[in-house]
Amino acid sequence: MAGLLKKKKSREAEIPTASMADIAFLLLIFFLVTTTIDVDTGIGMVLPPPLEDETPPPVKERNMLKILINEQGQILLEDRPSAVNMVRGEIKKHVTNFGREANYSESPNKAVISIKTAAQTPYNAYIDVLDETWMAYFEIWDSEARQKGHVDYTAYVNAIVDGPNEIREKFPAAISIAEPDTQ
Amino acid sequence: MSSHFKKKANTKQDIPTASLPDIIFMLLIFFMVTTVLRETTVQVRTQLPQAEALTKIDQKRLVSYIWIGPRKLERLQLGETAVQIDDALVEDLGNIRTIMYRKLTEQPKLIVSLRVDETSEMGIVTGVEQELRQAGTLRINYSTKRLIVQ
Repeated sequence: MAGLLKKKKSREAEIPTASMADIAFLLLIFFLVTTTIDVDTGIGMVLPPPLEDETPPPVKERNMLKILINEQGQILLEDRPSAVNMVRGEIKKHVTNFGREANYSESPNKAVISIKTAAQTPYNAYIDVLDETWMAYFEIWDSEARQKGHVDYTAYVNAIVDGPNEIREKFPAAISIAEPDTQ
Repeated sequence: MSSHFKKKANTKQDIPTASLPDIIFMLLIFFMVTTVLRETTVQVRTQLPQAEALTKIDQKRLVSYIWIGPRKLERLQLGETAVQIDDALVEDLGNIRTIMYRKLTEQPKLIVSLRVDETSEMGIVTGVEQELRQAGTLRINYSTKRLIVQ
């Protein structure tokens, strides 16, 4: 009897580590719940620097594709009412015109997309048009990258590392957010 | 003799759990390092619009948020459209200039992420943009959700 007790005592001398995992698990769950891992996604833009009473550089009428969005979210594309899904095709046609048609741009690096909104324009409508504009450029870049033998534009960007981005130089996305009229 | 061996086999049968805490701690440290704690309570509703042409911002430390949307009131009511930076609502849009300029001096590579509610009007958005131009924080990002195409 005495021998049996002694044996049990010597086995219990070590620190029980089984609950350590549970404690660490609790901490882990706490951090999992309280933290946000979501990567911020969105449409990136660069605003023009503030102008000091100087007029912006003149752009030839044919190089400018004017998109107007009114208070109801309706789109006026070069003075023609149109739907959101028409914007992308029209921009691609405008940018990749290379001076063929008189109403569209002379060359891709001269092409400017101008988006103008009213004060009451729904933000949703503006984002839809901006999205279509960027998608048009993404598609142009993608097809250009394919001609250079890459899978898509992202693959091209990864391939050139820090070298000059020829596609971006050839097709600079000149998107102008027109200043609203002050009523 | 045979009973002695049997006893030894019994004691070795349980799984060694000593390394389990280390593994869990490793996971814990991974999550602690890779995640950023949500430090502000957003007082306006920002239901983001959806878009296809998305870019990701990997460096979260460069990003500063501006929330624009209807104020959250009691009992799920929504109030007037307001602008929030950090923890406070901005009463006068003219203040954005100084706030953002101070942020820019701390972080020259600042990206301003505009988290705008989809029901907002462009008037307030352009108002904020004009202030950002004056502050010199020109890199912006219209925060959007990924459009799921059926």
